[in-house]
Amino acid sequence: MNLDKEIKKLQSQVIENQMSRRAFMTSAMALGVGALAPSLYSEAANAAPKKGGVFRVGIGAGNTTDSLDPGLITSLFSQVMLRGGVRNNLVRYTNTNELVGELAESWEASPDAVTWTFKLRKGVEFHNGKTLDANDVVASIKHHVAEGTTSAAKPIVEPIESVKADGKNTVVFTLKGGNADFPFTVYDYHVQICPANSDGTIDWQSGVGTGAYIMAAYEPGVRARLKKFANYWDESRGHFDEIEMTTISDVVARTSALTTGAIDAMDRCDLKTVHLLERNSDVNVVEVTGTGHYTFPMFTDVAPFDDNNVRMALKHAIDREALVKTILKGHGVVGNDHPIATANRYHNKDLPQRVYDPEKAKWYLKQSGLSSLDVDLSVADAAFAGAVDAGVLYKEHANAAGININVVRVPSDGYWDNIWLTKPFVACYWGGRQVEDQMFSTAYATGVPWNDTHFKHEKFDQLLVQARTELDDAKRRGMYYEMQRIVSDEGGAIVPMFYNYVSATSKKVQYLKDGWASDADLDGYMGIQHWWFA
Amino acid sequence: MTEPTKPTSTIESADAMPPPPRDESKASIAWRELKKAPFTAQFGILIIITYITVAVFAPVLAPYGESEIVGTEYDVWSNQFPLGTDNLGRDMMTRLIYGARNTVGIALITTLLAFFLGGTLGIMAAVLGGWYDQLTSRAVDVLMAIPGLIFAMLLLTIFGTSIPSLIIIIGVLDSTRVFRIARAVSLNVVVMDYIESAKLRGEKVTWIALREVLPNIMPPLVAEFGLRFCFVFLTISALSFLGLGLQPPTADWGSMVRDNATLITYGDITPLLPAAAIALLTIGVNFVVDWFLHKTSGIKDEY
Amino acid sequence: MLAQRLSLGLVTLFVISLIIFLGVSLLPGDAAQAMLGQSATPETVAALRLQMGLDQPGYLRYFSWLGGILQGDFGISISNQRQIGELLGGRFANTLFLAVMAAIISVPIALTLGILAALYRNSVYDRLVNVITLSSISTPEFFVAYILILVFAVNLGWFPSLANVSPDTPFFARIYACILPATTLTLVVVAHMMRMTRAAIISLLASPYIEMAALKGIPKWQIIVRHALPNAWAPIINVIVINLAYLIVGVVIVEVVFVYPGLGQLLVDSVQRRDLPVVQACSLIFAATYVLLNLIADILSILTNPRLLHPK
Repeated sequence: MNLDKEIKKLQSQVIENQMSRRAFMTSAMALGVGALAPSLYSEAANAAPKKGGVFRVGIGAGNTTDSLDPGLITSLFSQVMLRGGVRNNLVRYTNTNELVGELAESWEASPDAVTWTFKLRKGVEFHNGKTLDANDVVASIKHHVAEGTTSAAKPIVEPIESVKADGKNTVVFTLKGGNADFPFTVYDYHVQICPANSDGTIDWQSGVGTGAYIMAAYEPGVRARLKKFANYWDESRGHFDEIEMTTISDVVARTSALTTGAIDAMDRCDLKTVHLLERNSDVNVVEVTGTGHYTFPMFTDVAPFDDNNVRMALKHAIDREALVKTILKGHGVVGNDHPIATANRYHNKDLPQRVYDPEKAKWYLKQSGLSSLDVDLSVADAAFAGAVDAGVLYKEHANAAGININVVRVPSDGYWDNIWLTKPFVACYWGGRQVEDQMFSTAYATGVPWNDTHFKHEKFDQLLVQARTELDDAKRRGMYYEMQRIVSDEGGAIVPMFYNYVSATSKKVQYLKDGWASDADLDGYMGIQHWWFA
Repeated sequence: MTEPTKPTSTIESADAMPPPPRDESKASIAWRELKKAPFTAQFGILIIITYITVAVFAPVLAPYGESEIVGTEYDVWSNQFPLGTDNLGRDMMTRLIYGARNTVGIALITTLLAFFLGGTLGIMAAVLGGWYDQLTSRAVDVLMAIPGLIFAMLLLTIFGTSIPSLIIIIGVLDSTRVFRIARAVSLNVVVMDYIESAKLRGEKVTWIALREVLPNIMPPLVAEFGLRFCFVFLTISALSFLGLGLQPPTADWGSMVRDNATLITYGDITPLLPAAAIALLTIGVNFVVDWFLHKTSGIKDEY
Repeated sequence: MLAQRLSLGLVTLFVISLIIFLGVSLLPGDAAQAMLGQSATPETVAALRLQMGLDQPGYLRYFSWLGGILQGDFGISISNQRQIGELLGGRFANTLFLAVMAAIISVPIALTLGILAALYRNSVYDRLVNVITLSSISTPEFFVAYILILVFAVNLGWFPSLANVSPDTPFFARIYACILPATTLTLVVVAHMMRMTRAAIISLLASPYIEMAALKGIPKWQIIVRHALPNAWAPIINVIVINLAYLIVGVVIVEVVFVYPGLGQLLVDSVQRRDLPVVQACSLIFAATYVLLNLIADILSILTNPRLLHPK
């Protein structure tokens, strides 16, 4: 059993071009399977990625106002182009859910998890010929933490107290408090490494990075052309010669482009018709369950939502199964009113699944002294695709419990400024986080800017801080389980469903054998450098 | 000053509205005319009557409630759901019937508003000329020069997408087009000698506008009305493409096309149903308009 | 007169720039919030506002923008610091290309169909043309586009479904790529122009001079082309101009569906991201196009109507 696993591991290194034939033979010998080694090797080598070709991808979200500033990246187009092609981070998340070094070769924490030391990979070159050193990393981090930063990642890197270069190849982070999961912070897609200017700022304007591809042409919101960077430090990645990216915001246009062969891959398939697309023999539909979820947050400090009985009534008045079936067309799983996905390490599987129960909802309503309830729910499809429909469905479900939900459709335009965090009961989406701590401290800790339920819970806050530095796994698990229970039973968010990333590629596109990474769309943004043509 | 909108009332009084008792003779004239009317016009009137009936009696005719979820999504056609169900499992037939009420009502009010505003201002501009013409024409130029869909988007974002604001915004923006047509054709009329003489006689401006100009520019205005009417559906549909349509769960054909449009790529005809409903009404209205055009043109050749 | 109209045009543009500025300022939220979206926190929004110059009062920003425009400088996009002049140039050329292509196809078709329909009014031909054009016009344009894509790109494979031309696309490749979008636009505008042509001609057929001509025994088609048409130009030109303006200004949805890099999509994006200088620049270009087209229409109307040309 174990031997099998070891062999697979070696083979996958061959497939990813990380191991030579000789090294494979030596390792196989060490495992005691030397006789089988040649055939095992060729089995792997035949599956090895082929180089070359022009890869064309159509992406739904891209704006003409997109910026190259890593702090202001919002669209998937920029994420794929900059995070997946042009630049690197210190670390990356693999398709087997491991955090591995990218520009960092290794890292270690002080025992209290307050000081983190990252050793940089040597001899990494930027597209303009400059060699990567610790100053570039420090400047790139400071871009998000410095006083007066405009970066959207500021709340994410908030825990960083200081960051310093120690020689040319070492960077030392000091945190405001211990955090066992800190490396996940520098994995956030905003925290890309750009070349430093002499004044300590970074040069993001030129689009120069250390990534597999050089930005050859870029027209925001329209297209980008990327060319292979000959001196890329990681020879096992970046198989295509060229990447052509096109923004195709209309899903029908995107789908027809794929089926007519005008592009090789697309993101966000139309869920209504994806079962029909799957019948196309030239197309692979790839589906990944990640941490992304849709929510209906309510302000827990505003009447009538300040009464937990009302919140519980609303939580029992929604048919989660029906929403997954209708809104996600089955491409997702039901949620349990907390933001931790089954893909997370500490997902509380012991917590009973909340189900649609109008009678129970009525009972809770009675507990709060109400016989009926009228609430406004503000929705727009900016919150998530199908949010308006989801609101209408919820309204129908809640009717049976004597709750009247008045669905107010608001303009998608400006939704995040005017509706979310402003109106007491809205629709929202969260990309989710790989780390429970990040998810909770971003949206559920008392007083944080994105706490869209105004949730305030003393015990929860204490557990959050304790769990962050708790190194005993069992204890830590217990804490996160408890926090999920608190949010589910007392929190202000209805979390009806976790959505899948549903994308499609032409059949000639080959992926790594463990499938796509689950942390973001298109193989965790990395498809353009992890895939190859058959 | 409801005169510019006369064509609609003509159309309606011929069929839907019960004639007031004292107009007995008018009604019988209308009936006689209708019997003489060509097949297309009768067909058009039949469509309009059907639509109005459906719109008025929607709650009686519809098998289910407007937003009631009665089946699974995209159910096939069956006895239970004559036209299948939509993307949320609501009965398509019911949605279409309620759609008639919402869509036709909104389109009619919007178009009337546009013609009242645009027609009045346009004719006055041509008749009065001078600074009044300059002022209104320049104001309309400004409004028209701002890209329509964008302007509508701006205004709807500021004022919200309630039905009254949709009607007023689309109506006002559309009235600029009516203004231009009305003014342009009126200009051809006001240089005629009989207008000159009416002016010399000292007739009031409103008299000239109503009695001399309006009858002579009616045909192009009516032709425009038939089209403007259906453009309202399209504008609503386009706005819903950009995420600014009607409030759900209100059924309107424009949004219904949008909601189900992706299916067409796989040969499913569900989105064709609301589109066909719009097309049929447009054809019906315009057949009647053509008949009216023919009658008012005074051409004596046979059908 | 021309000079007067041109200066009026400039005043129009000025008023439009004011309206757009006020309109976008009235929109809830600003560029900084739109840029940060769901990730906005009060401090980062404030910092971004400072960086974008949004902390200055509106009228100052307007005047500095106006000053730039007067010197021919469109300024830079506040979202991504790109030169707006560069941003617009290629896209405006694309927009014009598609509009001209659609106009070259649709205007002759509409005039021919309209004149024939007037000539054979109430015949089977007339009704058939009416039903077809009315059906095409009453179908939302994105839906027309979907159907064309389904038939001609997916099923038959004759034309590409993407019209994502780039500056180095050769001329004929560009025409090939634009066939489906241009066809969509043609279907959308033909009915309007055709019906107006038909109506304008028919409304003249009852005039005494036409009846006189008919009594003289002049063939029907000659009456229409030689006698009726010249007097029907005013409304026809007007409706053509309205549709030309639409082809340039109103093609956002066709651009979205066919992924055509025109000005419309840029404008919608910029409104949504509250990128005021870009919104202003796009609106002004559209407005200027419109004003010019109008001027041409008015001149043509005067040239085709002797009475207007020589007022008493």
